Amino acid sequence: MQSKRMTLFAGHYGSGKTNIAVNYALYLKSLGENVVIADLDIVNPYFRTRDSLEELNNAGIRLISSAFANSNVDLPALPQDVYSLLDKREEKAIMDIGGDDRGAYALGRYADAIKEENDYEMLFVFNKYRPLTPDAESAYEIMQEIEAACKVKFTAIVNNSNLGELTTEEDVINSVDSAEKLSELTGLPVKMTTVTEKLVNNLNGKVENLFPLTLQKKII
Amino acid sequence: MGEKVLMKGNEAIAEAAIRAGCMHYFGYPITPQTEIAAYMAKRMPKVGGVFLQAESEIAAINMVLGVAATGKRVMTSSSSPGVSLKSEGISYIAGSDVPALIVNVQRGGPGLGGIQPSQSDYFQAVKGGSHGDFKKIVLAPASVQEMADLTSTAFDLADKYRMPAMILADGTLGQMMEPVELPDTAPNTFDKPWALTGTKGERKHNIVNSLYLKPEELEKTNFERYARYKTVEENEVLFEEYLMDDADICVVSFGITARVAKNAIVEARAKGIKVGMIRPITLWPFPEKVLRAAADKCKAFLCVEMNMGQMIEDVKLATECKKPVYLCNRTGGMIPAPEEVLAKIEEINEGGNK
Repeated sequence: MQSKRMTLFAGHYGSGKTNIAVNYALYLKSLGENVVIADLDIVNPYFRTRDSLEELNNAGIRLISSAFANSNVDLPALPQDVYSLLDKREEKAIMDIGGDDRGAYALGRYADAIKEENDYEMLFVFNKYRPLTPDAESAYEIMQEIEAACKVKFTAIVNNSNLGELTTEEDVINSVDSAEKLSELTGLPVKMTTVTEKLVNNLNGKVENLFPLTLQKKII
Repeated sequence: MGEKVLMKGNEAIAEAAIRAGCMHYFGYPITPQTEIAAYMAKRMPKVGGVFLQAESEIAAINMVLGVAATGKRVMTSSSSPGVSLKSEGISYIAGSDVPALIVNVQRGGPGLGGIQPSQSDYFQAVKGGSHGDFKKIVLAPASVQEMADLTSTAFDLADKYRMPAMILADGTLGQMMEPVELPDTAPNTFDKPWALTGTKGERKHNIVNSLYLKPEELEKTNFERYARYKTVEENEVLFEEYLMDDADICVVSFGITARVAKNAIVEARAKGIKVGMIRPITLWPFPEKVLRAAADKCKAFLCVEMNMGQMIEDVKLATECKKPVYLCNRTGGMIPAPEEVLAKIEEINEGGNK
């Protein structure tokens, strides 16, 4: 899978951005890249990149996250060392953006630097089983809201359609049409369809560009 | 039922409320219930409803009282400290005999506490939680699906009995994501001849008020209201029984801790311990009868709660202290692990210290 110097994950709230960002970081690392991941989420005090600190540390991936992330201090703050990610161009950088337009505003302050370097992918994480993005049209609306908020245009789509642990093969297969419709609507390619490891083998050959999510965080 | 969707508990409450015909939401932000307000802000304008972020919790609850007086379905949501601020208004809603839904996605307390989940507002929810003689219907969901289902139940019960209803959830249920099926049928409707809808010069005007300066009149109103509460206690108790047929030990737990307890019960059963659970779904009215009956069959009770032991008082009252009632608890935002509950079950099974 081709990757750019920077990969940004944005999308509707609760679509799985953090989970995919962490898994994508581990994937790039497995290819021998120098990887850094930054948590730019200012809207959700839970389910943060830092939840995977141990796995990231073990893999040798640098994590940039607010001192307040997972501290239970409900304080929307951006880590100051995000700028290091913009400057250290020898690293592959991943940015985990907060949900919806409200979460994407924070990216705006780095938009100029990202566009100037012009070596990035801005990925829209799509889950058709989320109640506010049941189809391509509603997802497209949210994409436009996010772009307006952060001033960075999407370059591709990640189909992460799932129903949590209860996701079946059929659920994934049934989501492909919507993802492709979103692709037609936006003119952007579907970079990958993400699935849990247990579904990968059964879906091989049935769905293109599968990306296995090896790491899954859960609460109860 | 409609298609399955993946939702956070908070979102499930919001969507279920809209589908139950609630077109008015007033709130003030607080973690961990924020998604309810965020969802309402996105959805309400699209369905022709009203989302309003008030200047304070106190303002929000009084807006709820205002809409409730017109007979329209209305709700607010908050987390623990925010519910405290709303408590005055909740008493006014009860005193005015109008229906409304209040959602409490609990966090650790007292004071500002923390933002991690808790069940420490049980007393506040069930024992009045504000001034005056009054009750509210209190429903305790234990899954994202129940967050949705009990929201429409709460609206129905509130309308039926003209009283406030509360969803008592917690930060975990609010934040966790599970597949949900939402109803796509029309909501139940209730006659509301008392509502302030304009007389059009055709009828005597209605009055919605909680001020009674004559003590005889206030006493009479309170007695009448409590007669209504009696009907609720007789007809609206909800609970789940789990493996209770041959149980020696009865776990009593509500909401998220009931899920943890269930895991522990499965493991205890595998070790040959006869343990089951009664899960109150309505915390008021409390499932007293089934607990009293269990007290004649079981050897001991174990309350699993995320507080310093609040529901345990109601369990002791319901069982008339016929059998020992033990407590397994975490607090301050901590969630008990199934192993902790299992250890307590094993301890009780071996004779246990009270």
